[in-house]
Amino acid sequence: MDLKGRVHKFGNDVNTDYIISGRHKFKTLDMKELAKYVMEDLDPDFYSKIQAGDFIVGGSNFGCGSSREQAPLAIINADISAVIAKSFARIFYRNCINTGLPLIECDTDQIDENDELAIDLQAGVLHNLTKGMDIPITPLPKVMLKILSDGGLVEHFKKYGTFNFD
Amino acid sequence: MSKTIAEKILSRKSGHDVKANDIVIADLDFVMGQDGTSGLAINAFEQMRAAKVFNPERIAMVIDHSAPSPLAGVSALHQQMRKFAGEQKINFYDIGDGVCHQLLPEQGHVVPGNLVIGADSHTCTYGAINVFSTGVGSTDLAAGLVSGKLWFKVPETFKFILNGKLPAGVYSKDLILYLIGDVTADGATYMAAEYTGEVINNLSVEARFTISNMAIEMGAKCGLMEADQKTIDWVKAHSNKTFEAVKADEDAVYARVKEYDVSNLEPQIAKPHTVDNVCPISQVAGTPIQQGVIGTCTNGRIEDLRIAASILQDKKIAKNTRLIVAPSSRQVYLQAIQEGLIQVFVEAGAAVVTPGCGPCVGTHNGVPSDGENVISTANRNFKGRMGNPNAYIYLGSPATVAASVIAGKISDPREYVK
Repeated sequence: MDLKGRVHKFGNDVNTDYIISGRHKFKTLDMKELAKYVMEDLDPDFYSKIQAGDFIVGGSNFGCGSSREQAPLAIINADISAVIAKSFARIFYRNCINTGLPLIECDTDQIDENDELAIDLQAGVLHNLTKGMDIPITPLPKVMLKILSDGGLVEHFKKYGTFNFD
Repeated sequence: MSKTIAEKILSRKSGHDVKANDIVIADLDFVMGQDGTSGLAINAFEQMRAAKVFNPERIAMVIDHSAPSPLAGVSALHQQMRKFAGEQKINFYDIGDGVCHQLLPEQGHVVPGNLVIGADSHTCTYGAINVFSTGVGSTDLAAGLVSGKLWFKVPETFKFILNGKLPAGVYSKDLILYLIGDVTADGATYMAAEYTGEVINNLSVEARFTISNMAIEMGAKCGLMEADQKTIDWVKAHSNKTFEAVKADEDAVYARVKEYDVSNLEPQIAKPHTVDNVCPISQVAGTPIQQGVIGTCTNGRIEDLRIAASILQDKKIAKNTRLIVAPSSRQVYLQAIQEGLIQVFVEAGAAVVTPGCGPCVGTHNGVPSDGENVISTANRNFKGRMGNPNAYIYLGSPATVAASVIAGKISDPREYVK
């Protein structure tokens, strides 16, 4: 899978309240509606700046805080193609894999706002086209690759009825 | 092979001899969802084409995050939960019953040595009674509802050895804030925390829950403690289930070990807008506050209400200051009424609200105004957490919140507990 898009850069410890606030997430299960409020408390105009395929880039501990799965779902429904960070909080990490949102763990110090990136998930490389440099990606564990390749955990369960990593 | 508590519980529940970093599929003893996460889980359950949950007795759904419902959209989600719970005959707690993390131990659903998932990040709370419990999202919850299983990466463990004696007016909340400030918000990410030492031994089980509750705020997957006689007595008073507690081996392998002496600890405050932005209270004493909150899954237990009421007894909260009190469950609420604590709060000028999460998660029950400062016993102070990104949230112990609302500014509770 190859991904290409522009960068929206955020800092460390972006929590799931910032990704989608509790003010909004309890109201509805309509994720297209929730997507309009993605990152609202960090940047009230964020949704209007997104072009389909763009990336959200963070520092360390991205997705910390609440277990709300509305966080990855709002990101997916805002047409963001992947989240890139130095490290992820674990519940968010699992939620992304389960809902089919690709996560890229790599050094993000050399990635800036509006940079153009191309990601080759098979080869495990992120190309920063703006800066002309390649950044290696931490590979996903086998279990997660299996769930992602099945199209998320719901599809995995539809196929096998339970967990099956053999 | 020597093992940590996490390695032992996951070995037992997976039927394999496992160590840190192994991936296992393990049997769940209990599965929980709340009203912010169950709707998506029920949808996923249906999409998985499952007809029945794996075992209705080992599942609970709790309406606590928006209870009672403040909006028609929320009411629809609540209705969906009530319908699912009725059809599947699972344990169900409706508005006013309490906060999920109070209810699961209080109602005897979880006991030492168990493996538990909950679709709420503070599910780590039950680590205080030797339960490997961890927060998951809605799709993992759905998988748990269907199969009674979940996959886990066996975590490495970060051991905290806590020596000394907490001074008067300094509580388990101050201690866990201090630890989070020290190791930071991702200091234990992907790891299990184990809290040990004489300080833990001397705490009540209720006070221990406060520490395990906030393990997630240092990134941890769970916040485990060994079960001592206090734990066993507490669990037997709340549950008829049989159990086998788990101890760490003497020579278990830890990823990190940190030792502290807490004998000189001051009350601690987490300043806006991150939980690891912690300082001793002396650095922020005098900061004006407009609202106080006592309650939540961190500090809404009967012991917390007793501490706060002992300070508020025969006093009034400051002019132009509000105090919101939310007991953590119906049982706690009733106990507080019997002991006269609710009368103390109401006479002092507090608004007592339905047991639930409301003021902490910004759904209702006390959204602050622009520019206001709030002091709360909750576990998160993220910008916007209470429903307004232009407010400032400080976190402290119930005693600190009580002392602060009397003065209308952040105040050291030690003046009251000499």
